[in-house]
Amino acid sequence: MTALASGIERREKVNRPAVRVPAERLLEVAARLRDDPALAFDMLVDHAAIDWHAENRFELFYHLFSTAHGHALTLTAFVPRDAPVVPTVSRIWPVAEWQEREAYDLMGILYDEHPDLRRLFLEDDWQGFPLRKDYRDPDMLEFQK
Amino acid sequence: MTVNVKTLNDIIAPPGAAASALATEEYFVNMGPQHPIAHGSLRLVVRLDGETVREVIPVPGFVHRGIEKMAEHLSWRQLIHLTDRTDYLSALMNNWAVARTIEQAAGLATNDRIETVRTIVAELQRLQSHALWWGVLGMDLGAFTPFLYGFREREVISEIFEDTIGARLTMNYIQPGGLMYDIHPDFAQKTKRVLAYLKPKIDEYGTLLSGNVILQERLRNIGVLPAARAIALGCTGPVLRASGVPCDLRKVEPYGVYASAEFDVPVGSKGDCWDRYCVRIEEMRQSIRIVEQLIDHIPEGPHTTVKFGARIKVPEGIHYGQIETARGILGVTIVAGGKADAPYRLHFRSPNFNNLWAVTELARGWRIADIIAIQSTLDLVVPDIDR
Repeated sequence: MTALASGIERREKVNRPAVRVPAERLLEVAARLRDDPALAFDMLVDHAAIDWHAENRFELFYHLFSTAHGHALTLTAFVPRDAPVVPTVSRIWPVAEWQEREAYDLMGILYDEHPDLRRLFLEDDWQGFPLRKDYRDPDMLEFQK
Repeated sequence: MTVNVKTLNDIIAPPGAAASALATEEYFVNMGPQHPIAHGSLRLVVRLDGETVREVIPVPGFVHRGIEKMAEHLSWRQLIHLTDRTDYLSALMNNWAVARTIEQAAGLATNDRIETVRTIVAELQRLQSHALWWGVLGMDLGAFTPFLYGFREREVISEIFEDTIGARLTMNYIQPGGLMYDIHPDFAQKTKRVLAYLKPKIDEYGTLLSGNVILQERLRNIGVLPAARAIALGCTGPVLRASGVPCDLRKVEPYGVYASAEFDVPVGSKGDCWDRYCVRIEEMRQSIRIVEQLIDHIPEGPHTTVKFGARIKVPEGIHYGQIETARGILGVTIVAGGKADAPYRLHFRSPNFNNLWAVTELARGWRIADIIAIQSTLDLVVPDIDR
């Protein structure tokens, strides 16, 4: 347990149990969370990203749920804004394949080893990532302050 | 590094494949985005071998309105008015999910009257949503009459909502700290009359459609979703329960006044289209049961605990809240920046978005006509996928 815990801290200011994981250890921790029978987080309920523009980084969150035990956990990981690359968890929770595509499409997070990384809602030739705080669409005047 | 961003064209027309396209028997057909069985604008690219489905590639996004981006510019109270445009058949439950998350984050208390009314209107809407689903399923599979019956039942419930809320489809009623208006004086009486009318109708559905041999042939053993796959694919709601997982937030982490109501959570055994059909029919009976228990015991009290002009303060942090809509778990992640009167980031975990992808696995190996049965029993509402 000590080996697992290194580098993992509690993520403060979340209204449910939450831990912050170094991005490079995400896969290892995720696999353990799913496979350990005492934890058994078999469902990835939600995954998306937050653009902390002032801090120059993105925060990814993964809301997990265990249908066996009924408990929940939120994992978060920071990635730098200029190189937002993170390993895909779609081999652990298949639904991540599409949740990650949404995060790529709208926030521009790049998922390493993703089986099918494509735009999801927007067209393939769309420029930019609309949910980023510095996104400017020339046609959308109401978003320009 | 192996991050490789693809386009849809790379899949449908991979480079080099054009020369041999005539030699192969596999071909792509578009179902949608405009198609009578697609309940909204959803495009399914289907790779076919003869009539057998080899692969389904959903292409959502035709109803993407950027609701999450818009939300970053709206105050905590204004947010509610976007939620009814996601899953429009669960408008009140969507209102509730956001209102409840804001209430938990801001520490707003409600009272028993508010929670009871919320539970009643949510169950009425679940009933209404399933009635529409049942009618549309019949129409999808070639039986037009159920569609008219489903809308007939929907109509009487819409009238209850219209009296109290003033709207029939895009309803904004539940807001942080309470309800927008108190219930109509006739609410309880009318609801009881409607329930008495609806009860035998659910049994009529059985004689009209459920017992039909064509329907059974088209649903039984089609699109089997085992429990483990349903969980891995993030399915929730009736889809997950039909696979035999008794996961219903109304029981697992009760909200509203569900804890004091008696009801059963129907589960399927196999996870085929027929199980998904039966689970929803039974859920309609359970919704009636819940409303019947509550309708005579609506406590007295004010319909809101927050003054209309009062500013809601949500402390900094990530706030997650979820409720069970007619289609599954609607999760709301609110990231509050502290002082601002609007969310820094808002994310909807919509039940349809996550249920949709089951179609890629369920339809494989079946015929084109089975995609329709599978999609219909997944009960997708497309604006909720695209947001």
